[in-house]
Amino acid sequence: MLTKRIIPCLDVKNGKVVKGVQFKNHKIIGDPIKLASKYSEENADELVFYDVYSSVESKSVSLSWVNEIAQNINIPFCVAGGIKNIKKAKEVLHMGADKVSINTPAVENPKLISELAKTFGSQCVVIGIDSYFDQTNYIVYAKTGSAKARYEVGKNTLDWVKEVQDRGAGEIVLNCINRDGVKEGYDIDQLTMIREVCKVPLIASGGAGKKEHFKKVFENSNVDGALAASIFHDNDISISELKSYLKDQKIKVRK
Amino acid sequence: MIAVIDCGGANLRSVSYALECLNVKYQISINKKQIKNSNAIIIPGVGAAKNVMNNLNKYDLINTIKEYKKPVLGICVGMQIFYDFSEEENEKCLGLIPGKIKRFRNNNLTIPHMGWNKVIFNDDSFNECNGFYYFANSYYADVNKYTFGKYTYGSTFSAFVRKDNFFGVQFHPEKSSKNGSKFLMQFLKQL
Repeated sequence: MLTKRIIPCLDVKNGKVVKGVQFKNHKIIGDPIKLASKYSEENADELVFYDVYSSVESKSVSLSWVNEIAQNINIPFCVAGGIKNIKKAKEVLHMGADKVSINTPAVENPKLISELAKTFGSQCVVIGIDSYFDQTNYIVYAKTGSAKARYEVGKNTLDWVKEVQDRGAGEIVLNCINRDGVKEGYDIDQLTMIREVCKVPLIASGGAGKKEHFKKVFENSNVDGALAASIFHDNDISISELKSYLKDQKIKVRK
Repeated sequence: MIAVIDCGGANLRSVSYALECLNVKYQISINKKQIKNSNAIIIPGVGAAKNVMNNLNKYDLINTIKEYKKPVLGICVGMQIFYDFSEEENEKCLGLIPGKIKRFRNNNLTIPHMGWNKVIFNDDSFNECNGFYYFANSYYADVNKYTFGKYTYGSTFSAFVRKDNFFGVQFHPEKSSKNGSKFLMQFLKQL
């Protein structure tokens, strides 16, 4: 049976892994290759690299680090941020990334999803969705990498999930903005609701703060994977410890 | 020298790096003569069966592969093209292994089948390779008499097939960490 995936997310700026509050005051926390190797050794199932600069500044920066990652780790990885067209996606995939994740460019040009799926196959196409709960509805936001640029797209999250699947998305990462960075647990209600309509793999993002949060999201929302950043970067828990715990809790993981 | 055929798949680079890590000499190639003179062929496949078949046709490599007598390893779509036919865009394939590649149709499963799944081998040379491997497929091969490794996703499917000098894997050894390297080493021992 397919195991549940644990996916550390690394924010990369100018070739370094950074951490910042609301994308400001970035602090360098390490070298992407070193961190990637460490997580890979600890049995991370997959890695996501989020190219902060390209995404926020709308600029294309050197992605030579993608190539280096591919040379140094042999688990799958996905590159997110600043991928706006087929050409850019091709560049990243040919450097050895397994998937590309697109968020704002998909919102601004939904046809891009079908073009990517047709060109590279659905299994390469991940759609990131930033979903915000306005106390009544779950709605989609774009450009969330910058407090100034972020805007409400005018789409209901559930409808957007259905649409991106119809257009050929091979996986969805649902980032629940209200939970982002607060370490209070994944948004179980929202993920459970989305799971009902999501027929492609669904990855939970936003809110992981302790190992129990992972157990809860796998058990209650039946997601395929859980993405997290600070809990791993801050060394709150190692991936090996997390997986041992999940295994004891009867959740199928790769050990 | 191992010939890694460039059939347009995005995992070409990852397969090459996996071989480099094992200190194996390889050449990325679409050159018929070079391929004929190699000690083994690897066909990496990502994307659709049609893309891979179109590329092999374009470079006139169909017969070169069919007539090749040394070990051939097909990865993912590279394995699927060993069969008669793929439902993916209704593509006629190499016909080396009888049967048809079909799309997962179980409504209770998420598709693509993506992530790490357990493979159980039933082949003297590969029995020590049992373990988790990385998969990313929406199409599958049924179990038949050429199946020597299986995975379960709702039902049981072919993870590893073998007929004469043709070896095929549905998973991606190049992305399957230590187990993947172990599998590749075992394949290289067939040379």
